Amino acid sequence: MASEVAAEPRVGAELPPLEIPVTRTLIVAGAIASRDYQDVHHDAELARQKGSPDIFMNILTTNGLVGRYITDHFGPTAVLRKVAIRLGAPNYPGDTMVLTGRIEDVVEDDDGATATVRVVGANGIGRHVTGTVTVTLPGAGVSPGAGESPGTGASSGVDISPGGCAS
Amino acid sequence: MSAGVPETDEPGVRLAGYEGRAAAVAGVGKDPVNLPMIRHWCEAMGDTNPGYAGPDAVAPPTMLQAWTMGGLSGHVGRTGAYDELVGLLDAAGCTSVVATDCEQEYLRPLRPGDEVAFDTVIEAVSERKTTKLGTGYFVTTRTDVRVAGELVGTHRFRILKYAPARREPPAPRPRRPRPVVNRDNAGFWEGVAGHRLLIQRCAECGTLRHPWLPGCNACGCPEWDTVEASGEGTVHSYVVMHHPPFPAFDPPYAVGLIQLAEGVRMVSNVVGVPYDKVRIGLPVRVEFRRYGADGADGGGGDGEGALVLPVFRVVEGEG
Repeated sequence: MASEVAAEPRVGAELPPLEIPVTRTLIVAGAIASRDYQDVHHDAELARQKGSPDIFMNILTTNGLVGRYITDHFGPTAVLRKVAIRLGAPNYPGDTMVLTGRIEDVVEDDDGATATVRVVGANGIGRHVTGTVTVTLPGAGVSPGAGESPGTGASSGVDISPGGCAS
Repeated sequence: MSAGVPETDEPGVRLAGYEGRAAAVAGVGKDPVNLPMIRHWCEAMGDTNPGYAGPDAVAPPTMLQAWTMGGLSGHVGRTGAYDELVGLLDAAGCTSVVATDCEQEYLRPLRPGDEVAFDTVIEAVSERKTTKLGTGYFVTTRTDVRVAGELVGTHRFRILKYAPARREPPAPRPRRPRPVVNRDNAGFWEGVAGHRLLIQRCAECGTLRHPWLPGCNACGCPEWDTVEASGEGTVHSYVVMHHPPFPAFDPPYAVGLIQLAEGVRMVSNVVGVPYDKVRIGLPVRVEFRRYGADGADGGGGDGEGALVLPVFRVVEGEG
């Protein structure tokens, strides 16, 4: 089916942004769907006692949303190989997270191509998530121009010092 | 440890001893990979990928950790070492936890029916770090996830166990400066309190004056009475305050010199238009604003001693 052929990956290409309204419902639904019952993800009062202004999204939900962002873009044939994320500014209810992505590297292999995508999710108070996703796109060719920007992939890793929230 | 090293992170040294030790051995997922949990996950994430539904469904790869979660009934396969480590951190005051990093590799998709088993090792315990949240230790674990002995994915997870930084209570917003009320001007402020703008009038020559003074500028007579201003006026001149900021004021704001209809001038805020739309000649009308007690100035925290001030609102249709 032509519609299921993954989009051609090209180094330097930007993925269209995805806006995620950070609702209380999303935070709680994501926490429970990931079986994470830490109170800071569903109980605002206890979250405040622990020094947080409100409940906040758990990392498993962020991980799921990053994965969805990539497969939404490349289509259902895309296969996630690796998702590496680091959290920064928390996702509190009422905020909006905008996921953006940039293809940093494309490697052709027998089955298609494997792309490395640098992903950033920014909310109203900063960068909620930064990371990289490696995704295999079966049947995808390497479009002309790929690989003409050597080095762009090299710096694509997580580039913040250990402890993203360290001040 | 050499005796000469100052300021050793004593708990950190002990904690580092946990590196390489198992945190979970032969843990088993509480449920086999299954469609209902996949569907709930996809609903929460808004993920409509058709590959995650139907007879040939696979689980979203990012669910990897979810299959290993203990849920409300607690973790499985967890070792004494991990609980000890957590206990030491708790005892060091690091009672809060937040996840900071997650790195997952997926070797093959998980399918409904797959029975997940896992082993977790403590890879690293950091030195004591100071973060915005508080000071604490980063603990990194790596979990290998297997199905029927086959490695299907790895999951590296980093948490910060920390002592929450004491949050400073927000400083009460400074009060607006209070007028200095004395024998010579008390009548003016009494008028303002009653929402009346009073102008002093010389009892001898009838000259109006503002601000209030003990005697007449024109004839020197100390006797006076008052007339109530109509409240109508125009902007005679103005300045816009950008800098320096004064406590209780939010620059930029316009300070107007208002020519009252009766002929005297007074200084006050011009309201009802943005600061940069104030112009000489704009018609204005007095308005009595209450500041403080009810937080109407955004000041809040004033409690008792609310302040009433005459300000000048641009007349509708102008500006």
